[in-house]
Amino acid sequence: MQFVKPDIDINFVGKSKIAFFISLAMILISIASLVIHGGPKFGIDFAGGTLVQVKFNEPVSLKNIKSGLAAIDLGKSSVQGFGEQSENEYLIRTDRSVMTSGGFSLTVQQALESSTGKGVSVRRVEMVGPQVGKDLREKALFAMFYSLLFIAIYISGRFELKWLLSGVIAGVLMGAVYVLSIFNVSVPYLIAAALLVSLALYWFLGLKYAMGATVALIHDVTITVGIFSIFNKEFTLPIIAALLTIIGYSLNDTIIVFDRIRENLRKYHKNPLEIVINRSVNETLSRTILTSLTTLAVVVALFVLGGGIIHDFAFALLVGIVVGTYSSIYVASPILLAWQVRGKK
Amino acid sequence: MSNLSWRVLAVFGVLIAAIIYVLPTIEPSFWPHKKINLGLDLQGGMHLALEVDTDKAVEGTIERIIQEIRSFLKKEHIRYATLNRIEGNRILIKLKGQNHIDGFEKILDKEFKNMRILSRSMDGDVLTLQIDLPDRETDQIKKLAADQALETIRNRIDQFGVSEPDIRRQGEKRILVQLPGIKDTKRAKDLIGKTALLEFKLVDETHDLNAALKGNVPPGSEVLYGVKEDPTTKRIHKTPYLLKKRTLLTGANLTDARVQIDSQYNEPYVSIDFDKKGGRDFARITGENVKKRLAIVLDKKVYSAPVIQEKISGGKARVTGSFTTEEARDLAIALRAGALPAPVNILEERTVGPSLGSDSIRKGLVSMCVGGILVILFMIVYYRGAGLIADFALILNILLIAGGLAGFQATLTLPGIAGIILTIGMAVDANVLIFERIREELRIGKTPRAAVDSGYARATLTILDANVTTLIAALVLFQFGTGPVKGFAVTLSLGVIASLFTALILTRMIFDYYLIKRKTKRLSI
Repeated sequence: MQFVKPDIDINFVGKSKIAFFISLAMILISIASLVIHGGPKFGIDFAGGTLVQVKFNEPVSLKNIKSGLAAIDLGKSSVQGFGEQSENEYLIRTDRSVMTSGGFSLTVQQALESSTGKGVSVRRVEMVGPQVGKDLREKALFAMFYSLLFIAIYISGRFELKWLLSGVIAGVLMGAVYVLSIFNVSVPYLIAAALLVSLALYWFLGLKYAMGATVALIHDVTITVGIFSIFNKEFTLPIIAALLTIIGYSLNDTIIVFDRIRENLRKYHKNPLEIVINRSVNETLSRTILTSLTTLAVVVALFVLGGGIIHDFAFALLVGIVVGTYSSIYVASPILLAWQVRGKK
Repeated sequence: MSNLSWRVLAVFGVLIAAIIYVLPTIEPSFWPHKKINLGLDLQGGMHLALEVDTDKAVEGTIERIIQEIRSFLKKEHIRYATLNRIEGNRILIKLKGQNHIDGFEKILDKEFKNMRILSRSMDGDVLTLQIDLPDRETDQIKKLAADQALETIRNRIDQFGVSEPDIRRQGEKRILVQLPGIKDTKRAKDLIGKTALLEFKLVDETHDLNAALKGNVPPGSEVLYGVKEDPTTKRIHKTPYLLKKRTLLTGANLTDARVQIDSQYNEPYVSIDFDKKGGRDFARITGENVKKRLAIVLDKKVYSAPVIQEKISGGKARVTGSFTTEEARDLAIALRAGALPAPVNILEERTVGPSLGSDSIRKGLVSMCVGGILVILFMIVYYRGAGLIADFALILNILLIAGGLAGFQATLTLPGIAGIILTIGMAVDANVLIFERIREELRIGKTPRAAVDSGYARATLTILDANVTTLIAALVLFQFGTGPVKGFAVTLSLGVIASLFTALILTRMIFDYYLIKRKTKRLSI
């Protein structure tokens, strides 16, 4: 069986202008959404706060839950249904880190039982104090930063087979980060600065494959974060894990296409780059689609059947895989071409 | 040929090792290796991040030093205008008159050599002095307090009876506590957070309690309350007591604390046994203060203040209060394990009920099965015979991940299960890459054997490369992640390594077996 015929020849490169505008639009929408929402919406892992998951034995109304919460001074909490509706589960969230030391869950349970008249069980309580929230935020950002750093070093060495150069890049990056950290620059800016520095380095050192791969992964992560922001979903620790996985996955796809481009450049060195790129994307298309399909299949299974706790995590992966597949075809390779155009001028 | 048989041996070795590690999880009686650890999110339980308020420990030390200074001054008949703790950890002293000042300075030089003098000013014949502890000393006190708190909490949890608790230090003054499978989280938290500082203080009967309540507290005394809840009306009664600040004896000198039932009122109480020194002190204190009231204070609450009838020399005392049996039992544990040197605050709590945990396991397994079956069917339909080989590799992959989890004693969490599911989807990627290559090679007319050879040869580097990036992300996550996320990093890394192994070695071996040994002429791919 074959989805993609071996002699397929879709003109991907020819459509790269349209793709460019689509990508640009998506990135702008993502950034706009982030700006409108005032930055990413942090879950209690990062913002601090208290989260209680309760299950009722019969359907209840939101109003009754809220009135019960108001009675125990939790009136300002947000309440939303959780998981499947038939399970009558709700997630209660407040920004305050309630002191859970006493019989907190018992208080919640009794208050909800008296306001709804139904049986309640408290299934999960998470309380993150502001200090821990700050620590976790820092930790997550450092995780993003270090994975980007290592990956930048790896791809600059691997794609260009210039490990010495990648050592230089690593040195410059570390130096830049060190200088910035002296000035107490916060981690998000540190990440942005590190990315800019690596892109600039790739530019000046002529590392076009590394450039393509890095732009593609920035593209993927930005759009995933943007879609999260559009759907007003919360960033939690597992979501950061999902983002890092997306980085790995996006690169994985890009590496496979780039490897083929390099192989074909050796084989058909007389053909213009445009044709070689198009040929390579077409040759790997079957694999790209197959792998994306199998990965999507399992992630959809997780998204649909995995339950409420893992729902957003699966959603992030879902978005990331779709965007990652798109970018390895339409973003990473056209960068190579744009590079050559720059070289000719 | 010998190359092939070596590989066969290696592959079987790895598989058998994986099976041996996984078996105890399925059938514990098989051999006594540990099962795969389940994270708190899967088996239910409580995770706490506590912070030891070490500043309070320093304050406590300063208070003690003030007490000491006070008793020295009293002994030498030196009068002072002010002797107080200010701004956290400083002692402010004011003395009037040259002979008092001289006497005080002698004591300060002789008995409190290590105190640091912050400021000193004479105004007429009034000396104002501020002293504190040097930084090295306060750091030492803080460190000791955190160490001791960790030890105390560990003791309490051990005596409370939780299976496989995990209690560890994090950073300077944080303590992480993980209690898997615990049901009564309120009791556990109360027990961990209880300072359990038991103090014996005399009731100040020379001054007026009502005047003290109006704000006119005599120096050297303090107002503390006794709190009692009426079990029928649920009303809380607070009774004020005026006590001498000086602590005569603490719980540090006890050897045992047990729950006993009062035969008269049928109420549980905690009986305590003092050690030799404590017993001697207790006998002396009670002997010196017959007919006075001695208050038993626990965590700044007065539990009782009986009148001392006679000298008590047996080295025993009892703490009464309207306890439930459970409360009395927990108090006894806390007293036996010792007081916390400083209060602890809960910074982070994550509690998962056991029913939610088993729900998560069920849902995780269901989505794993559904996702797995989808991928397996797809591979068979798409690649036929070769798909079957890839499916076989996939199933072994899961076995290897499970074996890795058990072998490294890693913890499986809900995101960890998600990691396995993701691996199922991504693991076939390596096989897809190889198979697509083989198909390409076949198309240009190569024999099956040559096609397989060059297919593997060309895809290997790409596969290695593509997986390294995922591995980098997973390893960074492992380094920075906490709890459930770490579980994801573990399964993802194991999955990447396992899929490299199965795709590059195991499936190759199967192809070779068919092509070389069985001399198969047609590839089903």
